[in-house]
Amino acid sequence: MEEEAAQAAEGGLSFEPLEVFNLRPLFGHGEVHWYTITNATLWMAIAVLAIFALFVIGTARRSVVPSRSQSIAELIHDFTYKMVEDVAGHEGVKYFPYILTLFLFILFVNVLGLIPTSFAPTSHVAVTAVMALAVFITVTVIGFVKNGAAFLGLFWVKESPLILRPIIAVIEVISYFVRPVSHSIRLAGNVMAGHAVMQVFAAFAAIALIAPLSILAIAAIYGLEVLVAAIQAYVFTILTCVYLKDALHPGH
Amino acid sequence: MEGNIADMGQLIGAGLAAIGSGVAAIGVGNVAGNYLAGALRNPSAAASQTATLFIGIAFAEALGIFAFLVSLLLMFAV
Repeated sequence: MEEEAAQAAEGGLSFEPLEVFNLRPLFGHGEVHWYTITNATLWMAIAVLAIFALFVIGTARRSVVPSRSQSIAELIHDFTYKMVEDVAGHEGVKYFPYILTLFLFILFVNVLGLIPTSFAPTSHVAVTAVMALAVFITVTVIGFVKNGAAFLGLFWVKESPLILRPIIAVIEVISYFVRPVSHSIRLAGNVMAGHAVMQVFAAFAAIALIAPLSILAIAAIYGLEVLVAAIQAYVFTILTCVYLKDALHPGH
Repeated sequence: MEGNIADMGQLIGAGLAAIGSGVAAIGVGNVAGNYLAGALRNPSAAASQTATLFIGIAFAEALGIFAFLVSLLLMFAV
C-alpha cells in the first residue's frame, strides 16, 4: 500500500476514491473532536438553511396561485403526506412532521452533496446511524406505548404453525434488531458507492486515451446519482413508515 | 510488483466480496422485472404498488451494499 502511495505521488495513476469522504475541520488543521466544526457540519447546516428557505420563506406569502417555491414546497409536502397515509395508515399521520423532517434532510443533504467539491454527510455511517437509531428507538417506544405487551405479537406470528413459531420468533427478533443497521448502511453505502464510482472514473480521465469515454461515463453516472439521491431519501422515509406501521399494528 | 501474502489475501477477498454486488443486482432485477410483468398484466393496479416496488428493491439492494462495504473494509480498513 505504501508503494502505491509513493507511485501516485510520482504522477502515476492515483486511486484515492475515498479521499472525498475525509472529514476536515473548517478552521485550522487540528484533530477532529466531536465538537469540531467540519465540512460535514457545514453542509448539514447549508441543507437545513436551504430547507428553511424553501419551506418558511417560500410559503411566507401564501397565495391561491402558488409561486414557484411555494408549489415545490407543497409538492414535497403532499407527496410525503400521501406516502405516510398510504403506508402507515391514518394513525401514522400523527408522526408525519417527523417523517417529513427526515425526508427533507436526507434529500437536501444528498442533492447538495452532488455539487462538485461539496461534501455529502450522508456518506458517513455516523450521520445515518443516528437517524436510523432515532427511528428505531422512536418506533419501538411508540409500539410499546400504543400496544403494551401486545407489541411482542410482532415476533410471535399467529399465522404460522405452532411448531415453527419459536424459530420464526428468533428470526423475527434478529431481523428487528438488524433494522437500524441495514437502515443506516443502505443510505450511507449508496451515497458513498456513488461518489466513489465517480472518483474512480475521474481518475481514469487522467489517461488521455480513455478520457472522453471516462468523462461521458461520469456524466451518465452523475445523472444516475441524482436519481439515487432522491430514491434513497424516499426509501429511507418509506422504510420508516413501514416500521411505524409495524409499531402501530403489530398483528401483521 | 512485490508484496506480502496478507495484502494479496485482502485484495482477493475484496474482489470476492464484490461478487455480492453482482448477485444483489440479480435480486434487484428480479424484483423490478416481476413488478413490470405484473404491471403490464394489470396496469390499473401498478401505480398503487410502486411503494412496494421500492421497498423490495431497497431490501435486495441493501445486501449488495453490504458486500460493497465488506470489500471496502478489506481494502482500506483491515
